[in-house]
Amino acid sequence: MKKSYKIDVDCANCANKMEDAAKKTAGVKDCSVSFMSLKMNVEFEEGADVDAVMKEVLKNCKKVEDDCEIFL
Amino acid sequence: MNKKQKKMLIRIIIAAALMIALHFAYDFFGEHRTEEGEIINEWAIREPVWFILYMIPYLVVGYDILRKAFKGILNRQVFDENFLMVVATVGAIAVALVEQNGDYTEAIAVMLFYQTGELFQSYAVGKSRRNISALMDIRPDHANIEQDGELVQVDPDEVEIGTVVTVKPGEKIPIDGIITEGRTTLNTSALTGESLPREAGEGDEVISGCINMTGVIKLRTTKEFGESTVSKILELVENSSSRKSKSEDFISRFAKYYTPAVCGCALALAILPPLFLMIFGKGMFWGQWIYRALTFLVISCPCALVISIPLTFFAGIGGAGNAGILVKGSNYLEALSKTGIVAFDKTGTMTKGVFEVKGVHHSSIDNAKLLEYTAHAECMSSHPIAKSIIKTYQEGVIWKTDPDTGIAVPVPSTDKKMYRGEHRIMKDRVGSVEEIGGNGIVAIVDGREIVAGNRKLMDMKGIEAMVCHYVGTVVHVAVDGEYAGHILISDVNKPTAREAVAALKKAGVRRSVMLTGDSEKVAESVAAELGIDEVKSELLPEDKVKAVEELLADKKPKEILAFVGDGINDAPVLSRADIGIAMGALGSDAAIEAADIVLMDDDPAKIAKAIRISRKCMTIVYENIYFAIGIKLLCLILGAFGIANMWMAIFADVGVMVLAVINAIRALFVKKV
Repeated sequence: MKKSYKIDVDCANCANKMEDAAKKTAGVKDCSVSFMSLKMNVEFEEGADVDAVMKEVLKNCKKVEDDCEIFL
Repeated sequence: MNKKQKKMLIRIIIAAALMIALHFAYDFFGEHRTEEGEIINEWAIREPVWFILYMIPYLVVGYDILRKAFKGILNRQVFDENFLMVVATVGAIAVALVEQNGDYTEAIAVMLFYQTGELFQSYAVGKSRRNISALMDIRPDHANIEQDGELVQVDPDEVEIGTVVTVKPGEKIPIDGIITEGRTTLNTSALTGESLPREAGEGDEVISGCINMTGVIKLRTTKEFGESTVSKILELVENSSSRKSKSEDFISRFAKYYTPAVCGCALALAILPPLFLMIFGKGMFWGQWIYRALTFLVISCPCALVISIPLTFFAGIGGAGNAGILVKGSNYLEALSKTGIVAFDKTGTMTKGVFEVKGVHHSSIDNAKLLEYTAHAECMSSHPIAKSIIKTYQEGVIWKTDPDTGIAVPVPSTDKKMYRGEHRIMKDRVGSVEEIGGNGIVAIVDGREIVAGNRKLMDMKGIEAMVCHYVGTVVHVAVDGEYAGHILISDVNKPTAREAVAALKKAGVRRSVMLTGDSEKVAESVAAELGIDEVKSELLPEDKVKAVEELLADKKPKEILAFVGDGINDAPVLSRADIGIAMGALGSDAAIEAADIVLMDDDPAKIAKAIRISRKCMTIVYENIYFAIGIKLLCLILGAFGIANMWMAIFADVGVMVLAVINAIRALFVKKV
């Protein structure tokens, strides 16, 4: 399943870091972050609990980039 | 500017003012020493005070960087630009402290410029983001539907299929549908880049996103909002930057190794040369080498690259979208610039895909009469050829003989009365009609037997048919068993097709190939007219895939093969080619799905334009890569030899970034490309 989220982040490199962090989160099959359109497209693993996974993604993103935001 | 940016601006101004004030104050109230190091002015403000005073602007402008760097270290994200800035500035302050020269200005200035650069970048990116979304502002806000005799505005998402929606002048058509009432002129420029307005009336299919310009129309929706053209396009545009190009990947990989590498070099620069000098007994120069290492760090920020490359692609895709060319990802925009071979589909791509009566040959009866009989005989048929004959008849054409060839050619009549009166199909004139499957029709019109069809039908009826030397589909006609002549029908080339092929060649396309299911004779003649190099004709859809595979095997390494089709029947070919370009694909979901680039109108000239846009975009990308890396390398070398000071380093970082961003935004302007 794929879902798209609005994000807020300050720099392009930070967006790349968020992408890496999200990809490493359990339950996320693939992810791409577009700094330009401020969007995060997440593809979830089969049967993953979307809300829980996204909370984890946000936590991991916060770790690598302190002032990023994902609007869940 | 948003709130965050305004706050940043205020911080920068305060810090800059404080720094300048302190700099002058230091000249007056600072310690002045003789060459022996004795303080001349006893009343001067002493050292720790200056340090504390200078820390105020430093913290004002840089506290968030310090915080981020600290958090980064806690989260094991050591080598980022925040860390670099902190090490560089804290280092510079430390050097100033140790050398007791009171020169803290440099550290503050570095931080100040860095923050100014970041502010500029976030402003520029925000601005271009808004510009590009304004270009693609096709999202309708509401739909007017009638409830209890009153018009109510509802969310387009809530409108069900088959609902009648009213669109007033100035509003966007919210959902795809068919006009049931009213006539109007539509502005499709936001969708197709075509500036000429389109007329639409009852029964016409209209797509969402067009702007209704003149009249009130009512339309019956044929799709849900989520399935409508406008939603499909928005989805495509919004997701386009998520497919990253090779250049973008290169830059993010580059940044990953680059920063730690530069940090290592800086460390080596700070430790090794002084150590070396010490071993050889030349004395210690720690301060000088540490300063050089710090300069190194300031130069090293990869921001210019990391920001400008994706921004260029984003701007390029946005600009292309505004010209009616939807690119599904930066990777396709990048690949398109290397196009060396273009394969075309014929019908619907290079030709209009509609049949037109080209002429009547060898007629033994009056041309108009021949057309009249044939039109009546074919009046029950829905075959495209029959339709074109009926249409030509109804338009009330005048026959003019071409002086060169002696063929009668239809010329549209200007007399409107003919259309309404004489040239109407009257079904009561038609008696029995018999369709001879795939070959033609035998019908009784005005009591006379009309046989209209191909050569086979003529042979079956024992009528001797004349051979036609022209290219196209030929309908032979016989009246009461006597051969009466034949009607030549053919597809029409698109008016811009010839220019389009020439423009492609000019844009560096080495080989153009036409793939078509049509007969060899037709294909050859179209290719010759348009200037296409090669033709592969009489191909079934699966043969087209094979033909494309052959071309793929034959291409030079790194060369890209693009296939252009109209999206009907060629979805497999679109996905097999390196780049699939679907044209005039508005409303055709399959084509939008399968293609990598979608031309929203059906103008073949857009293919070359798309290539030129991608070339411009790639030129900018390479300019930025070479420029940024070049300047940085130069400054790194100068810095290592102690020629570049920290001020030059700041230019190498922030200046290059600002220039690269400005250059990147150029990709947005594609009107004259």
